[in-house]
Amino acid sequence: MQLIYEKSVPGRRGVKLPASDVPAAAPLPASLLRSAPAGLAEVSELDLVRHFTNLSRRNFSVDTNFYPLGSCTMKYNAKVLENAAALFNPLHPMTALLPGGEELCQGTLGMLHDLGGLLAEITGMDEVTTQPLAGAHGEMTGILLVSAYHAARGNKNKKKYVVVPDSSHGTNPASAAIAGYEIITVPTAPYGDMDLELFKKAMTDEVAAVMMTCPNTLGLFNPHIREISEIAHSHDALMYYDGANLNAIMGKVKPGDVGFDVIHVNLHKTFGTPHGGGGPGSGPVGVKKELIPFLPQPRIIKDSQGRFQLEARRPTSIGRTANFFGNFGVMVKAYAYIIMLGREGLIRVSEQAVLNANYIKERLKPYYDLPYDQTCMHECVFSASRQLAHGVHAIDISKFLIDRGYHPPTVYFPMIVKEAIMIEPTETESKATMDEFIEVMIEAAQTAESNPQALHDAPLTMPISRLDETKAAREQNVCCQW
Amino acid sequence: MNDSHYCPHTPEEIGEMLSAIGVATVEELFSPIPAALRAQTFNLPSGLSEFETFSRMQAIAGDNVQGLTSFIGGGFYDHVIPSVIDHLSGRAEFYTAYTPYQPECSQGTLQALFEYQTAICRLTGLDVSNASLYDGGTACAESAMMALRVTGRNRIIVDGCVNPFSRQILKTYLFNLDVEVVEIAPLDGMLNRAELANVLDDSVAAVLVQNPNFFGSVDDYTALAGQVHTVGALLIASVYPVSLGILKSPGEMGVDIAVGDGQSLGNPLSFGGPSFGFITAKKAYIRNMPGRIVGETVDKSGKRGFVLTLQAREQHIKRHKATSNICSNQGLCALRGLIFLSSVGRQGLADMALLNRDKAEYAKARLAAIPGVTVLQSAPTFNEFTLFLSKPAEAVVAGMLKEGIAAGVPLGDYYENLGQALVVTVTEKRSKKEIDHFAQLLEAALCN
Repeated sequence: MQLIYEKSVPGRRGVKLPASDVPAAAPLPASLLRSAPAGLAEVSELDLVRHFTNLSRRNFSVDTNFYPLGSCTMKYNAKVLENAAALFNPLHPMTALLPGGEELCQGTLGMLHDLGGLLAEITGMDEVTTQPLAGAHGEMTGILLVSAYHAARGNKNKKKYVVVPDSSHGTNPASAAIAGYEIITVPTAPYGDMDLELFKKAMTDEVAAVMMTCPNTLGLFNPHIREISEIAHSHDALMYYDGANLNAIMGKVKPGDVGFDVIHVNLHKTFGTPHGGGGPGSGPVGVKKELIPFLPQPRIIKDSQGRFQLEARRPTSIGRTANFFGNFGVMVKAYAYIIMLGREGLIRVSEQAVLNANYIKERLKPYYDLPYDQTCMHECVFSASRQLAHGVHAIDISKFLIDRGYHPPTVYFPMIVKEAIMIEPTETESKATMDEFIEVMIEAAQTAESNPQALHDAPLTMPISRLDETKAAREQNVCCQW
Repeated sequence: MNDSHYCPHTPEEIGEMLSAIGVATVEELFSPIPAALRAQTFNLPSGLSEFETFSRMQAIAGDNVQGLTSFIGGGFYDHVIPSVIDHLSGRAEFYTAYTPYQPECSQGTLQALFEYQTAICRLTGLDVSNASLYDGGTACAESAMMALRVTGRNRIIVDGCVNPFSRQILKTYLFNLDVEVVEIAPLDGMLNRAELANVLDDSVAAVLVQNPNFFGSVDDYTALAGQVHTVGALLIASVYPVSLGILKSPGEMGVDIAVGDGQSLGNPLSFGGPSFGFITAKKAYIRNMPGRIVGETVDKSGKRGFVLTLQAREQHIKRHKATSNICSNQGLCALRGLIFLSSVGRQGLADMALLNRDKAEYAKARLAAIPGVTVLQSAPTFNEFTLFLSKPAEAVVAGMLKEGIAAGVPLGDYYENLGQALVVTVTEKRSKKEIDHFAQLLEAALCN
């Protein structure tokens, strides 16, 4: 398909802009002006609409295809949430920061405050900041809160390490490293959880935090989590909960109850806000009361009259991790989702997510290796090692699925599983959809034995076949040349 | 209530699935969680219907101010949003997809991001762009960290005329690292070049400036780029993309990394987010760039296609040695930015920028003629300028808010000794009539 720039014709326009009702100003000095207008596309409105409509048709999406991308929680995104977010489009964020401006924004400030309260109840935390803009941004914010906590206790130079299991999301060690820590990685034991004995050996008084995902990226709940928390706390290390998999345990376990001190929540996963082709996400961070003094600002507080105010400057705060109040539009959707589903609905979300993952796990177990064969939570991780004996890799199975109209599961993650195939169906999929998917996965396993070349050749039905990724990395053509 | 519209199984289907798994109840599936760890309470309200939910959200929105005439900017701007943007970015194939890990079934997102990267490169006059960052403020911090990686040095100089929120974010990001952030106090709403020269040496990784700056002043950093390069440092410019319709681009000035917030490009104000940040640089620095990057390549038959590239920098491969911790972008907001730029087009963006400046120049002259009002800067401005009032700006703004006008951003919270300063923003959406009304109210406020 042509690029929009290849459809460009000088002089065309896609929109009529307002006319001027003021005199033209004297021009700026030439030294401040660009030599020629920027080389943007020039297309008519219809050309523009057709271009992007046709581009959209080259995507798989939740609304068009089953999308069991493990760890990413590609559940259905309710349409009413989009309508709700649009209600707030015209409100400028600086309005709340003007003198007396809080009174003009009681709706939004109150909603953010309430959302924080709902998330605190769901996670067992004492307060939540909505400022972080994505999951990884929440991780970084959370680890900066950990730093501030240790610094306030005079331990800034003593606390040098963050401990992560080797099954963790790559963002965990990356976020901790960005925040200035060295990383200690603890291997996974054969039973699928972080090796408890090796963890104990890794723990010293120089550890600032332990970052865990629970259930972990194998979809397994760690029954020793409270013991792990107690060991961490005995070294004055804080427990960080990566909330990527919170969707499995709502109403069943609260991370705050089992020893976690800091948590981020991916609203775009657990709370059904759309992923947008890569974003916007939203990563609110919850903390226990010891960490409240360090939360970023602006912090919303409820006064004795029930009005919502922005707290005056607080010197202990880590400052600011984003411009304003976070990805507000995403929070509107998450808030509407939570109040719409309510207590029973959220419990049901976790239960059916877990039911669906276990159903797929049991049905596919005869056909694919399951390195950690236990009851899973919201996702299950297979290995294509049996197929590899026929020269078929996880990526080949992925491409076969694309030809059959399924977005592939996450592959090659977690890295501790060879040829990993990580399937997360989510609660919104019907049994019929899963049964069809299971049949296609079985067909892929059978084809791996009977005709591996067919899998190597896939996909055949897409606008393009497999791409040369080495060429892309070598040539680095990241924008259209003139 | 029955939530079967989002959790579709019938009791019969649940029964069939449980028997396939070999358990009697759904609860049994949670048996790996020891009883001692189970939640004792879950105090949430009962669910609502879709209609009740939307009504509740309408009530919340109704608790906010309605119909304010806004002259506030400060990083977020009230610009026109062509109708096509909502319709096209509202295509579910875009907004219910995820990061394009599987390129064959994600060419829509990938090609759009390649086109986005192209638009940002052309707008800024630089060579390479990523697929977007979270917002403009975090993009400033990311660009500084990128300069630390490129140079191996540990000092950052920041012009005090850079948006105060961006400066705060930078300090928060860096507070646990062994990095010194040096701020240059503004001089008449401009970079104090003499002061900068005093602290610029070969320990400096980067100098961060903004154009137009937080006061609205427009500057040319061409000579500055030369000075910064002489000591082996990088020049980073935070820019307002709409202004680049007419203003000299960072590339033309010799800037090494340009960043900014994309909200003004087709994204609603939405109480501050989501928007997107952009980051663009000279090609030599591409491997130190954070975030996703889309690259062009070919498929097995030689047909053009697009993929996520240079992923070896990223955390899902490199873990703690990754270039950054960012594993997403603001894809949908960046798509809106691309559609906006493609809708207004080459000449349209220039026209829009000129219209912004014309309106702001009219307002500036009109307001500066009021007794008790002077313009803070002698430098030229784009669509924002700073007034110095004969009374505290906070009180003036508070009074005018009661009349339905948000007069601007008072600077007292952000700069010492500028309690009487007010940054006023005038976009193409403000009419002459609204500007005149603003002037009348300001005059009345200052005369009382």
